[in-house]
Amino acid sequence: MSMLETLLGTFQTGSGFWNPIVWIIVAALVFLITYILRGFGNKKYKKGTEQVKSFLSGNPEYEKEKMHVKGSNLFWGFTESLKWIFDILHKMHTGNISDYVLWFVIVMAVLFLLVGLM
Amino acid sequence: MNIIDFLLQHSPALIVAIPLLGAFLTPLISRINNKARNIFVILILGLTTSIVFLLANDVFAGNIHTYVFGSQDLALPIVRILFEVDAMSAFMAIIGSILALVAVIYSWAFIKENTGLDKFYTLILLTTAGMFGMVLTGDMFNLFVFLEITSIASCALIAFWTNKGKSVEAGFKYIVISSIGALFLLFAIALLYGQYNALNIATLANAIQFSFLDKIALVLLIAAFAMKAGIVPMHMWLPDAYSKAPASVTIVLVGATQASLYGVFRVCFTLYGNTINLSPASIGWIIVLLGLITMLLGVAMALIQSDFKRLIAFSAVAEIGFIFLGIGAGLTVLGNAEMMAAIGIPAMSGGVFHIMNDALDIGLLFLVAGAIYYATRETSLDKLGGLARNMKYTTVFFIIGLFAVSGIPPMNGFASKLLIYESTFQLNPILSIVAILSSIMLLAVFVKVFHSVFLGPSLPKFKEVKEVPKSMLIAMGIIASIIIVFGLFPELIINNIVEPAVSALVNYGDYIREVIPTFTGGI
Repeated sequence: MSMLETLLGTFQTGSGFWNPIVWIIVAALVFLITYILRGFGNKKYKKGTEQVKSFLSGNPEYEKEKMHVKGSNLFWGFTESLKWIFDILHKMHTGNISDYVLWFVIVMAVLFLLVGLM
Repeated sequence: MNIIDFLLQHSPALIVAIPLLGAFLTPLISRINNKARNIFVILILGLTTSIVFLLANDVFAGNIHTYVFGSQDLALPIVRILFEVDAMSAFMAIIGSILALVAVIYSWAFIKENTGLDKFYTLILLTTAGMFGMVLTGDMFNLFVFLEITSIASCALIAFWTNKGKSVEAGFKYIVISSIGALFLLFAIALLYGQYNALNIATLANAIQFSFLDKIALVLLIAAFAMKAGIVPMHMWLPDAYSKAPASVTIVLVGATQASLYGVFRVCFTLYGNTINLSPASIGWIIVLLGLITMLLGVAMALIQSDFKRLIAFSAVAEIGFIFLGIGAGLTVLGNAEMMAAIGIPAMSGGVFHIMNDALDIGLLFLVAGAIYYATRETSLDKLGGLARNMKYTTVFFIIGLFAVSGIPPMNGFASKLLIYESTFQLNPILSIVAILSSIMLLAVFVKVFHSVFLGPSLPKFKEVKEVPKSMLIAMGIIASIIIVFGLFPELIINNIVEPAVSALVNYGDYIREVIPTFTGGI
């Protein structure tokens, strides 16, 4: 088998296969088709007019610098609905070194039990 | 004997000796000037990396290397230290060498404004030497010594920015945790030595009986190494240390953490390989369970972080969970040839390949975080924004890291995660469901970072921000290139690097027979 064949070979995963080169070719084709379809879009909008401004239910638009959604606000719905889980996780992470050692002792105790039962 | 043969013969010793000697020469070279010192450190690690690749090339061809310090006659009961390098050791050494070399290239510009750089580079080289020692040694006590060298040097590096209280606090936490882990490790080694009058891993593996004391030693070894590897719920030191250390130190710490992961696998597969065969499923399922918890908790904590580096640190915890899942799944079926071929080998290939991918992906993301900090002096996601306009190359490197760490095709993370998903699905579908869910959440985590840091309007306070210096771009570029190559040609990497490493873990008998030719166990 030549070096090129080795490089382009399909990777057998045991129950499936994966060929990144084929994936890239297919992805490039999809992008090309999307780009062609985009070309059929409406080109009649007028730049620099009301048509390109954001519409915020009639409210005035803030300055762009103030419109950036901060990192902490992203996935708010997800984190708010699972707040009880995140609260528990927060409480675990006390930042106290004694607690870090306590977790080590707990894990060791559990492992002793499990290995002892073998 | 030509120079290549000479280097190959002495390579296990040289890989540790060169950075160790370099570490002590660095302060002297610093007296000339900073540029000479930086070039010297890069040359030292470049030379070490070349020797690592030379050794790895020979080891991957099927030759286990042993190197004896002391009496050459193994039958004599004389104190000696033995280095034993199989494909798994060589695999880990490759990771360590790439990370260390990239770290010093990145440091050239990143850390140049700081004082005490002679000590900084000395500590980097000491950590690297310790890391290499951990993965190359064939002696339990020597493993402990190298673990301590790595821990003490890493602690000083984490607290390098001594003007920042939190860095010193992180360094303190790290050394407390490392010392406690190392003490339990030493206790376990003492238990084994007391019973078998040996410290050599192969000799111990040949003699081990899985007695009551051996079980205690096993628990102590797994717990100590797992804590150093950042397994949940013993991971809490890791976000503190990773986020407060300079970015070029964090990437070396990733390598040091993975050397501890190697410790877990060496203990389970080699040291206890012959006895765990009696009950491989139990140990395997413990590791799988730890992996699942690590993945889920790591990614959940990453999602709610607002500090860039702390967020990546929790993602690093989650990534270690994937590795544990893959290797643990392999361990559950160790001893069953049919199941091993169908599930065990692909799962372990995924796990071992993911060790490399995790080091590269998380390493690249930490370097990007360091670049953002270098340019803006800011790591809070709430205060950053619009930087894609000013830092185009860094943005591209982040996107590559984002795709890779989330397992998006065609990056390297996809190939290793695909192997883990498919094989664990056959073991139990819930395992792969949890793994895929964690991967999706990782994507969400880094999409959040991408939006917060790089997208959005140009913020007035970052109008003057410029792209980072070339040495930092080159360092990020090296890792990004490796990620792309590994992603595009996974078969090449798995066949030539990963499978020999997996084979070395599974066929532990070969490792033992290299020292004890009469050993008849193993698969």
